[in-house]
Amino acid sequence: MDFLADLFKLLVFPGFLFVVNFGLFLEWVDRKIYARMQHRVGPPWYQPWLDTIKLFTKEDVIPEKANPFMFTFLPVLDLAAAVTAFLYLPFGGFSSVNPFPGDLVVVVFFLTLSTLLLFLIGWYSGSPFGRVGSLRAVTQFLAYEVPLVLSLLTPALLAGSWSISTIKIVMAQNLSRFLPVTLLALAVSLLSLQGKLLRVPFDAPEAETEIVAGPLTEYTGRRLAFIRLAERAELVVGAGLISNLFLPFDKVLGMLGFFVSCVVVVFGLSVLRASFARLRIEDTTLISWKYLIPFSALGMALAIMVRG
Amino acid sequence: MPEIEIPVGPQHPALKEPESFRFEVDGEIVKSVDIRLGYVHRGIEKACQDRTWVQAVYLIERICGICSHSHTTCFCQAVEEIAGIEVPRRARFIRSLFGEMERIHSHLLWLGLAGHEVGFDSLFMYAWHDREIILDALESISGNRVNYGMNTIGGVRRDVTEKDVDELGRALDLLEERVKYYTDVALNEATFRSRLEGVGKITREQAIDLGTVGPTARSAGVDVDLRRDDPYAAYDEIPFRVITADGGDLLAAAVVRLGEIEESLKIIRYIIENLPDGPIAVKAPRRIPAGEACSRYEAPRGEDIHYVRSGGGDKPLRVKVRAPTLANINAVAQSMRGARVADIPIIIAGIDPCFSCTDRMVRLDDVSSGRTEVLTWAQLSARCRASR
Repeated sequence: MDFLADLFKLLVFPGFLFVVNFGLFLEWVDRKIYARMQHRVGPPWYQPWLDTIKLFTKEDVIPEKANPFMFTFLPVLDLAAAVTAFLYLPFGGFSSVNPFPGDLVVVVFFLTLSTLLLFLIGWYSGSPFGRVGSLRAVTQFLAYEVPLVLSLLTPALLAGSWSISTIKIVMAQNLSRFLPVTLLALAVSLLSLQGKLLRVPFDAPEAETEIVAGPLTEYTGRRLAFIRLAERAELVVGAGLISNLFLPFDKVLGMLGFFVSCVVVVFGLSVLRASFARLRIEDTTLISWKYLIPFSALGMALAIMVRG
Repeated sequence: MPEIEIPVGPQHPALKEPESFRFEVDGEIVKSVDIRLGYVHRGIEKACQDRTWVQAVYLIERICGICSHSHTTCFCQAVEEIAGIEVPRRARFIRSLFGEMERIHSHLLWLGLAGHEVGFDSLFMYAWHDREIILDALESISGNRVNYGMNTIGGVRRDVTEKDVDELGRALDLLEERVKYYTDVALNEATFRSRLEGVGKITREQAIDLGTVGPTARSAGVDVDLRRDDPYAAYDEIPFRVITADGGDLLAAAVVRLGEIEESLKIIRYIIENLPDGPIAVKAPRRIPAGEACSRYEAPRGEDIHYVRSGGGDKPLRVKVRAPTLANINAVAQSMRGARVADIPIIIAGIDPCFSCTDRMVRLDDVSSGRTEVLTWAQLSARCRASR
């Protein structure tokens, strides 16, 4: 029975099915907010599901120049990495599947893995757009990864722990005292997450008008659906991680609190997406090292001073 | 890193029409570009020869979906010159009125596309949302949003009523406020500005040498505007300023286009306040006397030239169109050298290209054998299928 229970955890809740569906829901929230900010009506709530189903029914194409094994294997691995990362997040009163001290590092590791997989996806797809996109993805990775990790470490410093559930308990108990201190780190982490998820203004690796879809140019049908689901899952993990570390509403509101804080995070990301033009890749790097990293370091210093 | 060849087009998300640009890039820097036209040649010039003079006007209107009024005005002016037709004053004012309304919607379209090319889709949605104001005004006067069908040889086909003038006045008030806002966004929003400033730069000398026209030339400081330099329609009676800028980059192009929208709003106000009475058209003969004429028109994208020759029959002997994009495309090739890959789409979009208007028939010679062949449509499509 243990085996069946584990399988249920992996595939249904809080694993694959839950993450993917929650991701598609957050995609709808994002698209709707983005559309309303642009004078548009926006899609109905079920649109992301329809899009996914449509992709799964489309023709299956492997380009001649692509490596067939990598072309199929990498999208699956990408989705697996993102879903696995979520297993280590506690949420809505549930503890994570396998909590241990240091699971914060594991979640960050799986998020990083997704980016490296995106690089490989573009590199092995045999398209010049894919290669340029891959190189940009790696360049951008060097830009946002440091501020992202530094800002995520700020609550960890306050709580004196690497365990997400411990940080969460400490943050929830001292929310009124710690939230103002972590606001700077929260802002930096939102911006870095925007970079991680390759969204405007940090979408140079997937810039539609420049390099079609970057690493995903050659992809279609089922494989593209897997990559898209992986991106949604990354959104869930990113929003969930920030919600756990900075906005642990679910200690008070339960499951609803988790949804609320995730939607708040996605709202922030959508506003960013609607307010800027795309940055060139060199500007992204410059902004990251000139502003994001100093500010995240400042955020950490604040945390150290408050903790005393 | 080895040099990679990046094909932009014939099909590419940055291009709204098929045209081929092949870039040799070294990392993020463009080394060279090879521009190939000829993917959307439609043979309109030849087709005009099989139509009567009046039918040709409707075909000419469809050269461009944006500057449709520009092309028909240009064509009608040439025919009127050959036939010696004097266009009534009211018709000339209405032609100018539509020319300026067209300029506004064309420039707002450009602003939106420029936003889209640099990934600023909010500006795209906003600009096109407000472009609807002028499109609605065009529709309520002419009955159509883009191909207005206003021009005919000898004048215009529809009158502008008092009611139209009132509605137009209200639309202008709304637009004026919105255009001020866009000017503010384009010049002050940091990310958008940084994507335009110093990008796609040409010097004044290059702009002249390459024969650029319209806003592309004016943004490099070349003070040319046919509305002032070679007045047609009612422009000899209308006071207006020619907007120029010095930068030669895309920020200057945006400044020029936004300034021209404001200037067009003023011109429209002047026209509706000073619209003369009288007939809107004179009857043109069915057969145009033999002769030839060349007509020029300041379209939103620059100078449009039509050459028309008549043999005295009811059909043109020859119609030749030079759309402004053909004059500006060399500026793209020039400013592409040393540009960054990220700036490719906005540099192409910077001249506000209209490829199907521009396209030439291209003859491909087989270089290896030097053989030239003429294919029928069936042979050509069979060959395309074979190569797939």
